[in-house]
Amino acid sequence: MAAAERALTLRGNARVRRRRIVNRLVEGVATIAALAAVAMLGLVVWSIAKRGAGDLSWGFLTKSLPLFGEPGGGIAPLIVGSAILVGIATAIALPVGVCIAVFLQEFASPRVRAPIQLVIDLMNGLPSIVIGIFVFGLLVYGHPQNGLAGAYGLAIVMLPLITRATQEVLRLVPSAQREGALALGASRWRTVVGIILPSALGGILTGTVLAVARAAGETAPLLFATSIYATTVQWDPRHALPNIPTQIFIWSESPDPADHKRAWASALVLMLFVLVTSLVARAAFVRSRRKLSR
Amino acid sequence: MTEEEDVHQTVTMPPMRPVEVAERQEAEPQARDTVFDIQGLTARYGTNVAVRDVNLEIYRNLITAVIGPSGCGKSTFIRCINRMNDDVPSFRLDGRILYHGADLYGDGVDPVEVRRRIGMVFQKPNPFPKTIYDNVAWAPRVLGLKKELDDRVEKALRSAALWDEVKDRLKRSALSLSGGQQQRLCIARAIAIEPEVLLLDEPASALDPIATSSIEELMHDLKRDYTLVIVTHNMQQAARVADRTAFFSLEVDDSGRAGVLVEYDETSKLFTAPSEKRTEDYVTGRFG
Repeated sequence: MAAAERALTLRGNARVRRRRIVNRLVEGVATIAALAAVAMLGLVVWSIAKRGAGDLSWGFLTKSLPLFGEPGGGIAPLIVGSAILVGIATAIALPVGVCIAVFLQEFASPRVRAPIQLVIDLMNGLPSIVIGIFVFGLLVYGHPQNGLAGAYGLAIVMLPLITRATQEVLRLVPSAQREGALALGASRWRTVVGIILPSALGGILTGTVLAVARAAGETAPLLFATSIYATTVQWDPRHALPNIPTQIFIWSESPDPADHKRAWASALVLMLFVLVTSLVARAAFVRSRRKLSR
Repeated sequence: MTEEEDVHQTVTMPPMRPVEVAERQEAEPQARDTVFDIQGLTARYGTNVAVRDVNLEIYRNLITAVIGPSGCGKSTFIRCINRMNDDVPSFRLDGRILYHGADLYGDGVDPVEVRRRIGMVFQKPNPFPKTIYDNVAWAPRVLGLKKELDDRVEKALRSAALWDEVKDRLKRSALSLSGGQQQRLCIARAIAIEPEVLLLDEPASALDPIATSSIEELMHDLKRDYTLVIVTHNMQQAARVADRTAFFSLEVDDSGRAGVLVEYDETSKLFTAPSEKRTEDYVTGRFG
């Protein structure tokens, strides 16, 4: 025994063993937290799929909304309306967001950049219900509800996301490209339009798709602007447009169990759209990032 | 006393042209035209002096090399010549750079116009992620030189000794070229807009020896049409390509460290019979 004690041992004494246990414990807690996040998403997807999948059918996707109390019906007007709302919002937020990002990354001095950056970040944190009320007070109050007002609200949601994503890719464009263009006697804006933006295009588009996925599910900005609408497909954004998030809200408030089922099925459609577009956008972003940093 | 002062001044003055004309046999007479007359150039980044009180003249259709140890302000110096430092926020410049008599940093001078006449090639090849053709054609298009663009592109690529290698794949991405080819493409890109001066900031430092020698050969050919200024940390390269060489060094004193011009002369003289001890130490490999 005495000989064994004198021999070199790498097993560690009690303190070393305690450290090892604490280490394992912390590692375990962190792992569980990470798994919980994954489990939470899994749970949401699974529960919505379970309740919504049964009512999902081709007819559900292509028919008009059911009249009150009627069985059947579908969500075609919601899909069309949501697409129009998000489309208009993108048409507003994309050019403005890209311009802001170009200004911040390519033209602004650090002293000007910091406060504007802060404003953009605060805008990102703006509660969407506040955006909804703002849009209501500014554009809807005193007028009939209309899709344009809802689209403006969604554009406010998308703007900081697109700006941020664009800034990220602009930062990835090597400064050697900028210098190369400037050294050829190109002006600043020519350099931006001809060299920098084409390089960043992939990243800008994926950032936009992510913003679209986010806006497609926003309810609050639409609640006061475009929530009283016809049951058929509407194309004119000057009138209220049926849309998925608002209708999910309306159906889930309804006393009719059939409406609850419709709400679940619509939620599934919305969730699948958001998940798939986000995943595709992220994969595309990783690819364009790799291409840029090569 | 006054005469002594006079003599002293003469010694520290920038190289005097008449003497050099006499000394230099192989140079053609028109090679004596001064393109740049740099007077008391001091460049700062914030409080940090990068280059202090540089006086020198750069002559037409010659290759002028700028050599010196790391951190002596070679790159800062060459970037001053086409105002590439303008975008560095804390950059400040004192003194004058006269380009054919006009102050490059004078009132109302547009840096875009300056860079159009004074092209630059960088240390690392930086082709645009476009086709080979578009890399060369981009700048002429931007500057409105759209007439006979194909000919212009071919001429530029021929001048850069790249035409034969790429003529069958002009529509391929420039990134598919090797490093040496990319650098020659960058040279083609720079000369496509017919500048008068070409600044090369360590153009071969990222290249292998074979690509390096092709760039050096190219510089010899380009000398006929352009005035070249090359920064290099490779003394042999300066000795091989340059007609005149400026040796910069780092001077450390109480006010800090600053790059200074130590000696500027014919390359052969600077390397074989330098008049300054510091130059001799550097070119013989005793420091740097």
